[in-house]
Amino acid sequence: MTNDVSKTEESRRDAVLPPVDVIEDSTGITLYADLPGVSKEALNLRVEADTLTIEGEVGLATPEGLQASHAEVSVPRYRRVFSLSKELDPEKIAAELTHGVLKLRIPKAEHAQPRKVQIRVS
Amino acid sequence: MIYRSLFPRDIFAEFDRLQRDLQQAFDTSPSIRGFGRGGYPALNVGGTAQSVEIYAFAPGLDPAKIDVNIDRGVLTIEGERASALPAAEAKAAVHINERFAGRFRRVVSLPDDVDPNAVGAEYRDGVLHLSIRRRESAAPRRIQVQ
Repeated sequence: MTNDVSKTEESRRDAVLPPVDVIEDSTGITLYADLPGVSKEALNLRVEADTLTIEGEVGLATPEGLQASHAEVSVPRYRRVFSLSKELDPEKIAAELTHGVLKLRIPKAEHAQPRKVQIRVS
Repeated sequence: MIYRSLFPRDIFAEFDRLQRDLQQAFDTSPSIRGFGRGGYPALNVGGTAQSVEIYAFAPGLDPAKIDVNIDRGVLTIEGERASALPAAEAKAAVHINERFAGRFRRVVSLPDDVDPNAVGAEYRDGVLHLSIRRRESAAPRRIQVQ
């Protein structure tokens, strides 16, 4: 119960929707998300049931006494939630974070993989 | 405090910000389209007594190919970002395409007291951090009229 409360509080905090690209081919889905300023440690990837949540905190090394004069990124947090479809295999998600770009590879489950059907002519 | 008065005069940045704010204000449901394509990279600018600090949120670049120039008090950040999308002949479907791809260029006019020879540039986690030192001899000067 307490867990639920903290979860809703967490989701109420302001966050920016990161831009993404989603590409599907015959063996799975590739997702790219722009998360500039998020380090590997500050990235939080979760799969619960069929929901994929991408969350990250922006960590910038700011000098002491910094006064902002112009800010286009004013919320230091990204969050985006996706529903996964049944043929995807959440157990086999591979994630890679390079220069602030997250690349997720979500393969399709074994039964949903493409298969060449042999036609026999008798 | 010179740098503070710089940006309110930048009418395009102001429009950009206004557009972003409006989008954020009306976009209450988590849209699948995301928001804010108002400029790549997004910039945060600030300063301390000793330096001007610029953060460019530019994920997915090769640091060797980011072009940063300072010419007569104008800072330019230029480069190109490759597209992650598959070639047209590939057997793949693009479901969402929101990420920026192509050439970009952003220009910031710097305050008068910065030293263009004392610039630190660091690219980390997709954020380009530029730190430009202010000149120590930024005291006002009297100009002789002949």
